[in-house]
Amino acid sequence: MAVNGAVTWLRRAEEIDGYDLSASDSEEVHVLAVDDSLVDRKVIERLLKITSCKVTAVDSGRRALQFLGLDEEKEANGFDGLKVDLIITDYCMPGMTGYELLKKVKESSAFREIPVVIMSSENVIARIDRCLEEGAEDFIVKPVKLSDVKRIIDYMTTDFREGEERRRGINKRKLRD
Amino acid sequence: MDLVKLQRQLVDYRDSLYHECFLDEQFTQLQELQDENNPDFVVEVVSLFFEDSERLLNELTKALEQQSIDFKRVDAHVHQLKGSSSSIGAQRVQKSCIAFRNYCEEQNVEGCLTCLQLVRQEYYLVKSKLEALFKLEQQILSAGGSIPI
Repeated sequence: MAVNGAVTWLRRAEEIDGYDLSASDSEEVHVLAVDDSLVDRKVIERLLKITSCKVTAVDSGRRALQFLGLDEEKEANGFDGLKVDLIITDYCMPGMTGYELLKKVKESSAFREIPVVIMSSENVIARIDRCLEEGAEDFIVKPVKLSDVKRIIDYMTTDFREGEERRRGINKRKLRD
Repeated sequence: MDLVKLQRQLVDYRDSLYHECFLDEQFTQLQELQDENNPDFVVEVVSLFFEDSERLLNELTKALEQQSIDFKRVDAHVHQLKGSSSSIGAQRVQKSCIAFRNYCEEQNVEGCLTCLQLVRQEYYLVKSKLEALFKLEQQILSAGGSIPI
């Protein structure tokens, strides 16, 4: 799981133009939060904002796909400027479950690199394993606490920063040449 | 109004809510997410919980009145109520939902009806307790004091 995360962030760092590093550094992590519960959406939104993330909260897997521009039936709704850095989704939702959303994201060439974290009130090993096997980055047992969110964001941004620093090191060498 | 006395009253009242399991550590977590820039966060989340719960209780009543009860539907509503009560730390409501779900699985109508009554009772209890707590908080703030942690 940790190895996957590091590879994901390194790859993204290499795609960024070397001279734009300062802009990317100060950019907030943009999280797409998916939960059919209004109460839970409010809580996760606050937890993410406290951890200095930009948040878009939607109430279904369908809307999440629409936001990403993956929904076959609807066009992307004009949010394509805002890149999503992390998806955090509830498992049990009517219509499309969090697991189904995870699969759709991982099946997409455009979005499979986005880490997906699953939240569930049910601490079922089989469920957790299934999600991790499908490519979920992490699994949080509800109710979600600040420590859960901090852990995930810290882990993500550390990998990103390390990737950036490595990149900067490469650039400096190139300049001297 | 004696500010110190009010603050004391609030601490004692709040402690009793934890002691009697009306609230658990998730409620404390919510309070920790509140700050000067978001001073109404807890009240806002709890208000959403009240609205959502009352909607779900209505749905449950309707669903259990049907000639042919859709237990999957009943279970789905209870699952939602269990989730939201857990998210705000309303422990007794959450626990009463667990028993309810078992009766749904057994398709036991009587059991479900009894549980609905229990859940409704627990909900209205915690609602009145939280409202009393918020009222105390307001009184303290109006008197120019701060809410003790």
